[in-house]
Amino acid sequence: MVKPSKELVLSLYRGMVEIREFEMKAREIFRSGKMPGFIHVYIGEEAIATGICAQLRKDDYVASTHRGHGHAIAKGISARSSMAELMGAIDGCSGGRGGTMHLYEPEVGFLGSNGVVPPGILIATGAALSAKVRKSDQVAVAFFGDGAVNNGAFHEGLNFAATWNLPVIYVCENNLYATEMPFEQATKNTDVASRAAAYKIPGYQVDGNNVLEVYERAGEAVARARRGEGPTLLECRTYRWFGHHEGDAGTSYRAKEEIAKWRELDPVRRLRDKALADSLVTAEEFAQVDRDVEKVINDAAEYALKSPQPDVSTALDHVFSN
Amino acid sequence: MSQAEPEISQDAQRVITYAEAGVEALQEEMRRDPSIFYIGQGIGPRGGNFQQSRGLWAEFGGDRVRDTPIAERAQAGLGVGAALAGSHPVVDIVFLDFVLEAICEIIQQASTIHYISDGKFKVPLVIRAAGGGVRSTGPHHSHTFYSFFMHIPGLKVALPSTPYDVKGLMKTALRDQNPVVFIDHKGLYGVKGPVPKEEYLIPFGKAAIKRTGEHVTIVALSQMVHRALQAATLLEKQGISAEVIDPRTLAPFDSETILTSVAKTGRLVIVDEAYAACGVSAEIAAIVATQALYDLDSPIHRICALPAPHAFSPSLDNYLIPSVDRIVSEVARVAKDRS
Repeated sequence: MVKPSKELVLSLYRGMVEIREFEMKAREIFRSGKMPGFIHVYIGEEAIATGICAQLRKDDYVASTHRGHGHAIAKGISARSSMAELMGAIDGCSGGRGGTMHLYEPEVGFLGSNGVVPPGILIATGAALSAKVRKSDQVAVAFFGDGAVNNGAFHEGLNFAATWNLPVIYVCENNLYATEMPFEQATKNTDVASRAAAYKIPGYQVDGNNVLEVYERAGEAVARARRGEGPTLLECRTYRWFGHHEGDAGTSYRAKEEIAKWRELDPVRRLRDKALADSLVTAEEFAQVDRDVEKVINDAAEYALKSPQPDVSTALDHVFSN
Repeated sequence: MSQAEPEISQDAQRVITYAEAGVEALQEEMRRDPSIFYIGQGIGPRGGNFQQSRGLWAEFGGDRVRDTPIAERAQAGLGVGAALAGSHPVVDIVFLDFVLEAICEIIQQASTIHYISDGKFKVPLVIRAAGGGVRSTGPHHSHTFYSFFMHIPGLKVALPSTPYDVKGLMKTALRDQNPVVFIDHKGLYGVKGPVPKEEYLIPFGKAAIKRTGEHVTIVALSQMVHRALQAATLLEKQGISAEVIDPRTLAPFDSETILTSVAKTGRLVIVDEAYAACGVSAEIAAIVATQALYDLDSPIHRICALPAPHAFSPSLDNYLIPSVDRIVSEVARVAKDRS
């Protein structure tokens, strides 16, 4: 791996910490009873969204999943408008109509998180098709979990993208459990990256808790897509620290030892420890990022909690576009 | 408000098929708007199973007219993604039966995104498919699955019965910024009718009064419009004057034209090739029953496909789908009902 610059390390660190702190704050608000719905937090997986999106342009596309807060923030939706959306408030990026699983922002090419597991694969593939037909060099990324790869849409989408050489990067965040179903009980072939061979496209297994590795692999895949050479499948191995959603402890189907082992592989701490050991970044510089992010997240929470709910007189607005 | 058929002088009248009318609409709009592209099974060099895309591939090339593998869900899902990214895709499912393979992308994704993104993302997408039975296409290629699209907020649904309507409605669909489910009838592709060379559009939500009458209102959909018109001619000989209305779009739906007609005739018969239960016919009956019950001189009557899967045998298939004879006898009974 190429030695990263200090700026890159600090930028990736900040990206991961912002997602981590956003999610911790969202859990806190959820537990206070003020947040509607059910949230699926991304804690433990931050390196993937951060490393991938750091390689994207603002006008590139991302389609995401139910566990999508991290993708939204990494692609550039502000913590304020993301948190307000989790509250169902009017200042949310979807005006409070979408909520935790339906963040949208055309300004940064965020084509939505999604309440259904596989459609993001098809949406990103379609955006890539649009880019190709328009002769634009934009690329699209689909984030999805291991739960999506045993669904037919995964096959249909990858087959289309491979056949038509579409500029799309498929990012499987394999956190080893689809809700509570262990991946090895859901499929015979647990090597997701190897499935790329079925479509004659490149597939790589990546340490999803190593942001620098994700960043490097993403760079290759994005460059390849932008050159018009077609799709890549990246299987990023990772783990969610908590349950499937808030309220699920995640311990009835996962061993405590396993959870503890993966917590040791914390992507935030790993990057930090490595950069400190290499004397690339000082502890104070990391601490400064932590303080900055804390301010951003506290401000986002305050903003979201103050933002009003949509007025019922608007309940039927936007069913159709004019 | 209804819109009458165009006034076309005999010498200016040009007659083309229903399939050709759809192709013309696509050609004109694809020339006008480079964001439109067309994908589907067999719609490229072959020109479509029903010739519904004939000539498009030759004119617009393989970039904008793309044959797809047999993967309806991905076709629809790609259509949604492309629409979000600024294209205006037409996704041809070919047989309406197979829309079931794609329905989650149409209903859970396409119809919801404008609303749940607070109006930030538009989904200009045309899902095209041909429904209905023709020449014993059997239980997996004959269905008329459109009622559930009318059920869904955020979808528009067009159901043209004539070449004139196909062209005008398709052009409107391709200028609409919402997902439109555009349902041809495969038994009508070869039907000819007048279509002016001059450009025109037919707005959604305007029914057509295909025949005026005094004694009974027949609301008919898609191919059943033609059977209702044939029935009306035969009923005339019995002294029964039937008004035939084609809603043309199910969403938006023109209730007003139907209510106005029922206020005049006092009787309503709905003819639909789809099943009665939870069907469009049930919705139309509900509209009239809730808004115009006291205009009615006899109970609302529905003539629909009988509740069985489509049979292959011509004798059974023809029996299951409303025939001209059945329409004549049941409308006559309603018209004569003095209870």
